[in-house]
Amino acid sequence: MSTETTLDELPMAKALNAGLRQALADDPKVLLMGEDIGPLGGVFRVTEGLQAEFGKERVVDTPLAESGIIGTAIGLALRGYRPVCEIQFDGFIYPGFDQITSQLAKLTNRGGGAFSMPVVIRVPYGGHIGAVEHHQESPEAYFAHTPGLRLVSPSTPNDAYWMIQEAIASNDPVMFFEPKSRYWPKGPVDFTASAAPLHASRIVRTGTDVTLVGHGAMVSVLLQAAEVAQGEGVSVEVVDLRSLSPVDYGPILDSVTKTGRIVVAQEASGFVSVGSEIAATVAERAFYSLEAPVLRVSGFDTPFPPAKLETLFLPDADRVLEAVDRAMAY
Amino acid sequence: MTDSPTVRFLTAGGAFEPTPGAEEYASYLERIGETELRRFYRDMAVVRRFDQEGTNLQRQGQMALWVPSHGQEGAQVGSAYAARPQDHIFPSYREHAVGLVRGIDVLAIVELLRGNTHGGWDPTDPSNGNFHGYCLVIGSHSLHATGYAMGLQRDGLVGTGDPEVDSAVLAYFGDGATSQGDVSEAFVFSASSQTPNVFFLQNNHWAISVPVTVQSRTPLYLRSRGFGVPSVQIDGNDVLASYAVTAKHLDEARAGHGPQFIEALTYRVGAHTSSDDPTKYADQAQHDLWVSRDPIIRLEKYLRSLGEGDAFFAEVAAEAEDFAADIRHRTLALTPPDKALIFDNVYSEPHPVVTEQKQWLERYEASFDTSPEASSVTKEQA
Ligand SMILES: Cc1ncc(C[n+]2csc(CCOP(=O)(O)OP(=O)(O)O)c2C)c(N)n1
Ligand SMILES: [Mg+2]
Repeated sequence: MSTETTLDELPMAKALNAGLRQALADDPKVLLMGEDIGPLGGVFRVTEGLQAEFGKERVVDTPLAESGIIGTAIGLALRGYRPVCEIQFDGFIYPGFDQITSQLAKLTNRGGGAFSMPVVIRVPYGGHIGAVEHHQESPEAYFAHTPGLRLVSPSTPNDAYWMIQEAIASNDPVMFFEPKSRYWPKGPVDFTASAAPLHASRIVRTGTDVTLVGHGAMVSVLLQAAEVAQGEGVSVEVVDLRSLSPVDYGPILDSVTKTGRIVVAQEASGFVSVGSEIAATVAERAFYSLEAPVLRVSGFDTPFPPAKLETLFLPDADRVLEAVDRAMAY
Repeated sequence: MTDSPTVRFLTAGGAFEPTPGAEEYASYLERIGETELRRFYRDMAVVRRFDQEGTNLQRQGQMALWVPSHGQEGAQVGSAYAARPQDHIFPSYREHAVGLVRGIDVLAIVELLRGNTHGGWDPTDPSNGNFHGYCLVIGSHSLHATGYAMGLQRDGLVGTGDPEVDSAVLAYFGDGATSQGDVSEAFVFSASSQTPNVFFLQNNHWAISVPVTVQSRTPLYLRSRGFGVPSVQIDGNDVLASYAVTAKHLDEARAGHGPQFIEALTYRVGAHTSSDDPTKYADQAQHDLWVSRDPIIRLEKYLRSLGEGDAFFAEVAAEAEDFAADIRHRTLALTPPDKALIFDNVYSEPHPVVTEQKQWLERYEASFDTSPEASSVTKEQA
């Protein structure tokens, strides 16, 4: 257990910056590449100061081409480097989709295990920032569906600090989804020890009546909902997924065995989503513990709308509570 | 195709001194007289003021984002006037001046950047001058422009010899966009099919914080030649060069002589967007140099040398003020979009999932309504 003095209050963007700095310092094979990550420090300032500190060879402003960024990262990985790619916004990852799904995800398998693909792709994702089209999407399901990729998403500055380093240390490709609306709120960071392994899910609030599961920015919404539910006499347990592929079902199943009710929430559209997968697995593995159907709360199955409508699209605490009410009605 | 020295008619000081490269384009200036020059000036000045108003409105919280066009008015206005009414325009997202020339109500740009809409104007409505939607995914639309030109070819609208019929497609993108595979593929496809495309690059020297030297070690106009698309470089802050060169190459494209690539050298005087902080990367000397090459001041000096007096410039300044005041007024009167916009037009034909979710949201919202009329509705879920 850490002492008070090892805790720093940092926003997630700064915690990521610290994690990246540590990774660059620890391993000369690590390099960062992306659009505007040098002098500008990235449009979210996650890489601020890193080029000045580690040089243009380690923190590379690339030409403007996502396929190029990921394709060359693959080549660098084949040559023994550990590239960390920044995709500027969720909606701009698709020009790199072919390199991610046909190459990055499959090369280890194609090579019969002779080499690995230690590439990290950082993707600021999700809504709540009032931005224009292509800047608020949650594309994680496309990648979760692709065998060969690992997907994680921190919800706190502390997890961000540790998980980015663990992702970089992984010999597999890791898609690192950063909930961009959570870049700014501060939270404690314990620089002495990681809170949990990279692919562990974690109970972040205990309760006895309903289990809520989510990832990224949704976790803070779930905690808000839990607080309100508490006031209404409903005891809610909240699980932070942290890892979207693989999913760590242990804590989820333990929780639902206790509560008998579960609501899975996400910003992404619900159809064929991470939430769908978790709902199906819980129904398969915890059937006899369930007092109510597994419920999902998701973004609508529509394109992310213009920013002025985003609060209607994105599940908020009320939408989660509506599902909690339905679960409790059984 | 010559080994194009930069085409320029007007020097930065506003003197009419064509470069050697400008010679083959000089005859295209015969199409315009002082009326057109005054119109060019007027539109450039109005858009400059519109852009300033956009920045102000964004700062006052009326928009989430503003995308400045400051400095690029010469490249945009000249090329836009070179297009005929039947031509089609595929912009990226900074071509406010082109939109204005083609007749869209530029309030739509405010609505787009405010977060009221993903579109803003209907490119199929002839009153919008065949000005297609803004495209925020860098380079993507270069291929749409190519495919659209293929369609014009198939429809027999190219090379008929009838100036009212023959059509071309003018596509705009930036220096950063040239690095995207899509733009190279657009060159490949347009050369392969000899489409009536003019690709208009505004090399404003920056892709957000990344200087153009990261995208290309050679002048960008050379990029397309290996793909079989002839090219030329122009001084993009000379509205006359922009007009004449675009006019010639659109003529050739309409006549069926295939695609052409124009690199307009210009400068993004403002920030990339209102979210950007150029103090982290900008080069002050470069900035100052380009400010001294301002396209509007340049044309003003030229017009004055032709005898235009203070009255005209004062009149334009007043018109620009009125334009900005009107935009401000109408921006402040904008109402939030209807929530139906989330669900409508996701598909052209009815879709059961979207229909169900739209109805669900109606009921869900109604469940929060505590007014007496709504009291019969409970917070239920079917
Ligand atoms: C595919 C894609 N990747 C990244 C971005 C983010 N982005 C928006 S504008 C921009 C720079 C574009 O530079 P340039 O093409 O030169 O056009 P300019 O903005 O200078 O007009 C970037 C990287 C994007 N919009 N689309
Ligand atoms: Mg540019």
